[in-house]
Amino acid sequence: MPIVVEHLSHIYSPGTPFAVEALKDVSFTLTDGEFLGIIGHTGSGKSTLAQYLNGLTLPQHGTVTVDGTVLNEAHDRKSIRTKVGMVFQYPEYQLFEETVEKDICFGPKNMGLSEEEQKQRAANALALMGLSMDEIGQQSPFALSGGQRRRVAIAGILAMEPSYLVLDEPTAGLDPAAKATMLSIIRKLHKENGITVVMISHNMEDMALLADRILVMDRGILAMAGTPEEVFCHEAELKAMGLDVPISYRLISMLKKRGIHAAYKREHNDLAASIAQAVKEGNRHDG
Amino acid sequence: MMGNITLGQYYPIESPIHRLDPRAKLIVTVLYMVLVFLVHSYIGYGAVALLLLSGIALSRLPIKVVLRGLKPILFIVVFTFIINILFNQSGQELLKVWILRITDEGLTGAIHLALRLVLLVMGTSLLTLTTTPIELTDGLERVLKPLNLIRFPVHEMSMMMTIALRFIPTLAEEADRIMKAQAARGADFDTGGIMARAKGLIPLLVPLFVGSFRRADDLATAMESRCYAGKKGRTSMKVYHLALADYIVLVLMAAAITAVCLLGV
Repeated sequence: MPIVVEHLSHIYSPGTPFAVEALKDVSFTLTDGEFLGIIGHTGSGKSTLAQYLNGLTLPQHGTVTVDGTVLNEAHDRKSIRTKVGMVFQYPEYQLFEETVEKDICFGPKNMGLSEEEQKQRAANALALMGLSMDEIGQQSPFALSGGQRRRVAIAGILAMEPSYLVLDEPTAGLDPAAKATMLSIIRKLHKENGITVVMISHNMEDMALLADRILVMDRGILAMAGTPEEVFCHEAELKAMGLDVPISYRLISMLKKRGIHAAYKREHNDLAASIAQAVKEGNRHDG
Repeated sequence: MMGNITLGQYYPIESPIHRLDPRAKLIVTVLYMVLVFLVHSYIGYGAVALLLLSGIALSRLPIKVVLRGLKPILFIVVFTFIINILFNQSGQELLKVWILRITDEGLTGAIHLALRLVLLVMGTSLLTLTTTPIELTDGLERVLKPLNLIRFPVHEMSMMMTIALRFIPTLAEEADRIMKAQAARGADFDTGGIMARAKGLIPLLVPLFVGSFRRADDLATAMESRCYAGKKGRTSMKVYHLALADYIVLVLMAAAITAVCLLGV
């Protein structure tokens, strides 16, 4: 069942000289099994929006419905938070336990599961993140490398076995290798484990590669929504919002200006093949 | 949850009071406090209140905002008022109910004390409402400069205050973020007995401490790499100059104190 957001608005510090309207009348539906990307400039309201998806912030204006449950004062917080896993920016800063295993067990423990079940889930979650409980389970989370710490922190969310996963800038501050690992793990979670993913990022390359559908936020307004192909062809509008277009899209449009009509492909390998094909066909026409 | 922590009470509008030199404002506030304790008649209190009200009017602050500052001390005012009435038994009896006896001197004393507290708090909130915390510490550093003579580390104290002030919103934001992150993992900060709640704070406090140490370390490195070595040879980016308005308020306040002493009101 989907997450439905309707006419959602959010105002920071209402009624004071500091009041800021962070979200203005945002509506969209997150369908099961999709990979939704949310992009926007700093301060566009994307992180604020994310916190509504699992009831961390309750709507004052508008409604959020998760699997048919309207999020309000009366809803069952624990069940919604179990259903919608939320990974904040720099999630490694929320680690606190003495050992990696204990930290990952924190979520399942709060769900009231048996100790055995907690440990089982923790091991599974860590394995999903490409790490082994036997190797690092008894280490202090503070002794790990930055990339590993982040994976442990995300495992802490996955151990609750959510059906939706909201990730806020999951690759921020990682080195290129750790970033590539993180993206392939997220992709696997979506493809193989069937988790519905919402990923917030201002990295267009990641979005072009991973997202089925993209929401573009601009100063609290949902400015655009559609497949990456639909969104990224509005290069000028995106530029005006301070956003970039992925290199692959720019390459295709530059080639078009030079008379080579190559079809866009998501994977870089397929894209190269498509361009090569177009070039060959172009040559044939000329010759 | 923590979103409503605004640092200090600074109310950002344009007014002659906002524009005053922070040093002048600090000294005037101290003089005002002396004044509040000097007066001891209703005429005197009326005069001080008039002074305060003209200050508020000049500051263009909504009166509601100034009165809000009284809320936290309301209990203390009422409490001291009652204690004073009941325990100052000198003077003529006005009313006697059972063993409770109210005298005229007790009543006057209680009213004076309540007025004093209210005037004091409203006056000092006028300072904090019209001056940014950074201006305040800056002003305080300059005003306390003479204490350097007795080797009191004025600059270090004010630098510590500035840093602390600077990081309060950052820490509040971080605490809010960690609370939300742990809440997303099903942590519960609001229910259970005292022990359960204290234990429930561990997932918040450990990351908060780790983060503070990391920040302190980063800040120290950043300051050292820009050659910070304490007060020696440091000049200020912002040099304050006393303007005509500053002299006027200072002289006015001094005149008010002299008048009160001479008239004995």
